Amino acid sequence: MITLAHFLSLGALLFCIAVAGIFINRKNVIVLLMCIELMLLAVNTNFVAFSRYLGDPAGQVFVFFILTVAAAEAAIGLAILVVLFRNRATIDVTAIDTLKG
Amino acid sequence: MTFELVCFYFFATVAGIAALSVISVKNPVVAALCLVLTFFSMACVWLLAQAEFLAVALVLVYVGAVMVLFLFVVMMLDVDFTAVREGFVRFLPVGVLVAVVMLAEMLMMIGVRTLQTPATADPALLAGMSNMEWLGHTLFRDFLLPFEIASLILTVGLIAAVTLTLRKRTGTKIQKPSQQVRVRREDRIRLVKMAAVKKGEVAP
Amino acid sequence: MMLDKYILLTIVLAPLLGALIAGFFGKRIGRVASHSVTITGVGLSCALSIHVLYQLVWGGAESFNQNLYTWFEVGSTSAHVGFLIDRLTAMMMVVVTFVSLMVHVYTIGYMAEDDGYERFFSYIALFTFSMLMLVMSNNFLQLFFGWEAVGLVSYLLIGFWYKRPTAIFANMKAFLVNRVGDFGFLLGIAGVLMWFGGSLDYGTVFAHAQDPSLDMASRSVELIAGHPWHVATIVCICLFIGAMGKSAQVPLHVWLPDSMEGPTPISALIHAATMVTAGIFMVARMSPLFELSETALTFVLVIGATTALFTGLIGVVQNDIKRVVAYSTLSQLGYMTVALGVSAYSAGVFHLMTHAFFKALLFLGAGSVIIAMHHEQDMRHMGGLRKYMPITWITMWIGSLALAGAPGFAGFFSKDAIIEAVGESHRLGAGYAYFCVLAGVFITALYSFRLLYMTFHGKERFVVDKVKQHHGHVDHEHHAPGHLAHAPNESPWVVTVPLVLLAIPSVVVGFLTIGPMLFGDYFGNAIFVREANNVIGELGHEFHGATAMVLHGFTQAPFWIALAGFGTATWIWLFNPSIADKAENALRPLHTVLANKYWFDTIYQAVFARGGLRFGRGLWRGSDAALIDGAINGSASLVDQLSALVRRIQSGYLYHYAFAMILGLILLLGGSWWVFARIAA
Repeated sequence: MITLAHFLSLGALLFCIAVAGIFINRKNVIVLLMCIELMLLAVNTNFVAFSRYLGDPAGQVFVFFILTVAAAEAAIGLAILVVLFRNRATIDVTAIDTLKG
Repeated sequence: MTFELVCFYFFATVAGIAALSVISVKNPVVAALCLVLTFFSMACVWLLAQAEFLAVALVLVYVGAVMVLFLFVVMMLDVDFTAVREGFVRFLPVGVLVAVVMLAEMLMMIGVRTLQTPATADPALLAGMSNMEWLGHTLFRDFLLPFEIASLILTVGLIAAVTLTLRKRTGTKIQKPSQQVRVRREDRIRLVKMAAVKKGEVAP
Repeated sequence: MMLDKYILLTIVLAPLLGALIAGFFGKRIGRVASHSVTITGVGLSCALSIHVLYQLVWGGAESFNQNLYTWFEVGSTSAHVGFLIDRLTAMMMVVVTFVSLMVHVYTIGYMAEDDGYERFFSYIALFTFSMLMLVMSNNFLQLFFGWEAVGLVSYLLIGFWYKRPTAIFANMKAFLVNRVGDFGFLLGIAGVLMWFGGSLDYGTVFAHAQDPSLDMASRSVELIAGHPWHVATIVCICLFIGAMGKSAQVPLHVWLPDSMEGPTPISALIHAATMVTAGIFMVARMSPLFELSETALTFVLVIGATTALFTGLIGVVQNDIKRVVAYSTLSQLGYMTVALGVSAYSAGVFHLMTHAFFKALLFLGAGSVIIAMHHEQDMRHMGGLRKYMPITWITMWIGSLALAGAPGFAGFFSKDAIIEAVGESHRLGAGYAYFCVLAGVFITALYSFRLLYMTFHGKERFVVDKVKQHHGHVDHEHHAPGHLAHAPNESPWVVTVPLVLLAIPSVVVGFLTIGPMLFGDYFGNAIFVREANNVIGELGHEFHGATAMVLHGFTQAPFWIALAGFGTATWIWLFNPSIADKAENALRPLHTVLANKYWFDTIYQAVFARGGLRFGRGLWRGSDAALIDGAINGSASLVDQLSALVRRIQSGYLYHYAFAMILGLILLLGGSWWVFARIAA
């Protein structure tokens, strides 16, 4: 039988892979965005699993909203990326440190 | 080991490998495609949790829309990907360490509360309706206002993406017929009177 | 029959309206319109005041006491704007508006060449409004409003020529000294509110004071535990300190001589006839309170007597024509205060009235002389002016005779009444006061006639520069002292007419009014005197009409003393001017004391001004610069250093922030796992 722990462990695994991805791809904004999508996927998996095992539809509704926001976020993030590339001709994050204190 | 568990392990393995490929391949196009695979596998896992509607939505929204957007951007921008991959090896140990520590912690957390809860019967079926109906009842009754707000957020996101990338080009040549019609002689030519001088001479 | 409240409102508001128009639109509407509008306002006010007085005295009108407007209410205490119009108020109103009107007319001539013409008219009309608010008030708060408003206008007018450093110094001095008095006054009002029935209304307070069942005269309070003090004494002395500031009594008199920096018309109006007498009026108005405390009245008496004699002495050695008159004003205010001190309030107010006329006359006369001398004020450069300006000369003589108390003139009746009242009184300090006022009579005659002789008689001590006349150059500021561009001549009619109009009451007003005012029942209930203190009543038994009093006056000590003063002055300054210098050398120490005005200014300057400055500087350096600035700058630099440290964390790189977040997540996870594990175990 699939238990709740199975789903949660899978979510944790995906999340950690995404974290590692952020670390090793620190310069590539596109991959960073992909990693964020992966993280959201992991979180969503947890929501779905809890909803299923606790019998509460609210969890799935939350996933629905997260999908909405994540889609908007991806669209705006990519738009910013396009503008950034147009202005700086690079997507190297190390070159973007205007906010340095 | 039931059939479902076998399916679960299969999809979980595919998703895990695909995710690892996402973060490690050189070509971002390949990475995006691997991401598609991850999402697809996870959609299948969700199916196993009887979340049919969300699984379909995930495939439609992410695989169909967002990932296409990613691919589109990656292909449109002329990015030198070898440059941005610098330091990949240097930060690999740290990244792996952090990820492993985190995974260990999370798994320990899962293990603390004995979550070996076996799957009960599908709550949607218990309520006597399909998953989509079950979700819809909650969404359009208890969460109606957040639903409306979510639609607003999507609209704002749409407008923001458009305005961000909208570019006003300077130096484009377009005709303005009204100005062409109204033009007068003085606007085009100016007659100047000056003394004739030879080369090298200074005008008086 | 009641007085019409709209008439009363018109009396107050007409000058205010004039002041506002002249003040805000003066430059736009011009000089003639400015003085027309203010003179119309004050003239209307004067006419209606006379009407009110007539109604009260002959028309059978009753006293008017009514609140017209509620300013604010706090709990059970409320502040009103209201009028109390009885005969005392009506008399003050007539005096104030009449003198003010005269001064307004006079100003047309005096200020003719001044740039601040419209401003000046605005100020004096505003002053008239403030003074009327003061005298017509029916409660302490409105009284205080008027009190401060006249103080403000006085400040503005002393510093009228604001480009002169001396004028600025003088108005600051007047302002500060008056603050001392006003502080006492405010405390007194607070005491009234606290102990006299919890109201600021005259009627309520006086009824409370006179209620035999409450016995306010012997009620005491322990401000410092174990030391019971009489409530009435505390309140009255505090109120009187206010009067000391405003009416320039020793030791708060120092501002008045300096206030002569202002233009002469306001010296006449504010610093002789009206504002400085506000203190006298106030004490007379508060007679029901002052009657409760023998101690306070003794205090009043001693202060008044000291002022009367010792400030008069200073007047003898002054050479500035206006300052002589100023010290004479101080001395006369001392007389009024003495009268208050022996419970002869009506005599004080009577002297206030007569003094208002002849002192305004003297000041305006002095102003007329100053115009003729092209703003030369030093009497040592005058002399022999009588043939150039006969009207001024005659009116000044009338004023001086009235001041010195020549029998028949206004000052005679009022001053004689005061002296006799002091002689009648058995109050503690009355003996000292009697000596002071008698000696004061001699001094008064001495400096009055000295002024006349030095100004109008004897040799001409000025030179007329003929040369400058041809150039038509009239800028008198550039002349050396005692040098005039052209010969002095009589002032224009706008100056002389007020002189004549003021000279008439200076002669007759005493003769006409002493009967009803002092010994009749003119004041009725307006002034309250206890039976035991009623010295005026005692004098009344010996009073057989004004004519008899004049005849009787020739046989009395004050007359002979005044005559002696007159004789001495005549002998020294008319016939033997050299004696003055010899006497000055012979009495060198005395002269030094007087010329330095008993070192009051020096001491105040050294102790209060410099001490205050040093105290302030100490606070500035010690507390402000070191402590407060230290704390503020210290915290600022602390924040600065801290943020210099913290800003290193802000690398600006996205992955640093992400790393920090993930690190936090790891710690959170580890922490919660530890907690859960312990709970499970």
